[in-house]
Amino acid sequence: MMKKLLIGLFALLPTLTMAAGPSVPLMDANIDLRDNASLQRGAKLFMNYCLGCHQMQYQRYERTFRDIGIPIEIGKETLIFDGSKVGSHILNSMSKDDAATWFGAAPPDLTLISRVKSPDYIYTYLKSFYKDESRPFGVNNIVFPLVGMPHVLQELQGLPMPITEEVVENGETVTKVVGVETDGSGEMSDDEYDQAARDLTNFLAYVGEPSRLESEAIGIKVLGFLVIFFILAFLLKKEYWRDVH
Amino acid sequence: MATNYEEQNQAVDEPSKQPTGTVSSVVGWINDRIPMTRVWNMHIAQYPAPKNFNFWYLFGSLAILVLVNQIVTGIWLTMNFVPSAEGAFASVEYIMRDVEYGWLLRYLHSTGASAFFVVVYLHMFRGMIYGSYQKPRELLWLFGMLIFLALMAEAFMGYLLPWGQMSFWGAQVIISLFGAIPVIGEDLTLWIRGDYVISGATLNRFFALHVIALPLVLVILVFLHIVALHEVGSNNPDGIEVKRKKGTVAEEDKPNFKFHEYYTSKKDIVDAIPFHPYYTVKDVLGVAGFLILFCWVVFFMPEMNGFFLEAPNFEAANPLKTPEHIFPVWYFTPFYAILRAIPDKLAGVVAMGASIVVLALLPWLDRGKVRSIRYRSKWHKLNIAQFVVTFLILGWAGATPQTVFSTILSQICTVTYFMFFVLLYVYSKNEVTKPLPTRLTK
Repeated sequence: MMKKLLIGLFALLPTLTMAAGPSVPLMDANIDLRDNASLQRGAKLFMNYCLGCHQMQYQRYERTFRDIGIPIEIGKETLIFDGSKVGSHILNSMSKDDAATWFGAAPPDLTLISRVKSPDYIYTYLKSFYKDESRPFGVNNIVFPLVGMPHVLQELQGLPMPITEEVVENGETVTKVVGVETDGSGEMSDDEYDQAARDLTNFLAYVGEPSRLESEAIGIKVLGFLVIFFILAFLLKKEYWRDVH
Repeated sequence: MATNYEEQNQAVDEPSKQPTGTVSSVVGWINDRIPMTRVWNMHIAQYPAPKNFNFWYLFGSLAILVLVNQIVTGIWLTMNFVPSAEGAFASVEYIMRDVEYGWLLRYLHSTGASAFFVVVYLHMFRGMIYGSYQKPRELLWLFGMLIFLALMAEAFMGYLLPWGQMSFWGAQVIISLFGAIPVIGEDLTLWIRGDYVISGATLNRFFALHVIALPLVLVILVFLHIVALHEVGSNNPDGIEVKRKKGTVAEEDKPNFKFHEYYTSKKDIVDAIPFHPYYTVKDVLGVAGFLILFCWVVFFMPEMNGFFLEAPNFEAANPLKTPEHIFPVWYFTPFYAILRAIPDKLAGVVAMGASIVVLALLPWLDRGKVRSIRYRSKWHKLNIAQFVVTFLILGWAGATPQTVFSTILSQICTVTYFMFFVLLYVYSKNEVTKPLPTRLTK
């Protein structure tokens, strides 16, 4: 009885979450860490659009290329823009003080962003910029209100226009942005942009925990061994305990 | 063989009893110098353990397993960890990315911390339901409580080391609690931190305490815990003694096993079996089962949805940015909920301290003569059940942003937490219990 109760409680544990996340529902990023093509496209997007301001100060180029299947020589030529050695961390040359002056706050390091937030959050964030003339860079974000960052992927997505709705909150009627719709000025279609956002999210999720796939590959073997070991231990115990019963 | 003849001659000449063979002559050589075989027999191979240990009796050996895991992985983590405010966070990510299998060492250690508390809480619960704290095992229980205290200190200090946001702000909150103590409070917090705020100075001293001082204390306390256990012998799910007064057990009732004369010379023994091989093989089975669950977490979900590794801790400590919510890790949340339930800071700190101290007083608060829940009253069973529910609710409340609902719930559960001990003291004096069996049941 007690055993069943314990096992039940243990099984329940993963379904409970204590995340204090944003009040906006997040979209499903639906990423796949095994999809090297997606990771490579994500890396390309990151190096071209993000790295100017955001570093990955704990992650190295070489490790990244190796893990996501980019030959080192090709990686060096196509993804390292500042002449860094392939063994160096993924850094930029923006000074923190300057950045704080320009954006209000220094752009955060993105090595671990997928673990601080979540892949779903990143995906939703990338798809939630909208036009807002009252902001310094002319855009705002649904999941990160008053964000200090410009919409750097605007040339891909186009300028997203807010879709608003009148909702009653605490007895007051307020206008809320519930979605966005691109003005069509971007290089990509909606589907292509979704895929780009997914690729970038996938890449950030990989960088957050580069050991994830290796961990699961080893984990399967470890659990397999342990199950066999458990059975043998059970039989051994049974054999010995014959004397007692 | 010629050497055999020589060895035999040697063995006869020497005082040791081992007759032949290289192994036995080495064993004999050692035994003449330290009591290896005697200790092995006395505490393992001929140690009488009640034959009816159940599932709940696995957690002692599992706690040792987890302790060893923490020490071994801790040593290897120390090789690459940089205990400074500037280097700590980056060195953890260095371990996660650049050190061969560093991620595995780190996850084994972080998951091990939570597993330690899972195992220890279940171990303590076992003691509660079978009355293992009752006479003559009071000191055994007290050593256990000291282990629990040392473990909490060890976990708290270890949690500062990765120098993430929750490390920093969690430590800030907990250390500031000492400030509530009248007169010396503020000076005390300064003394603990070694600075006016949590800083590199705090990190350095916590590192020293976490990797040397407290593990040493823990290992010594665990040793004393086992010494105390082996002196009084294990309790069991029936709560009756397997060591009886000399001469009260008929020859045919004595088990067909050889026990060490240290035990048989003083007492007659019934329904016991040697610890080895019977409980060693059973514990190996327990270890296998435990490791399946443990490795499942380590390899597939080391964050355990934010329970074992909290999301804000993946962001480096920033003294200028307070996280939205500050929670301790799950194993402290029941006590944290008691702290938050009381609006006055000093009273809250006192209540939280009392909630731990009162556990240590169990041997004296329980005035019952019957140990095991199996033979105690319905009231006792209900009381233990409400205590379990209370503890779980407090654990949930302490891990949730404070709302009116969670505060009221915490307050109710704080009352029921202490009510467990008050009620126990009251009803245990003249409790109506079931008759005890004379021999162990299955």
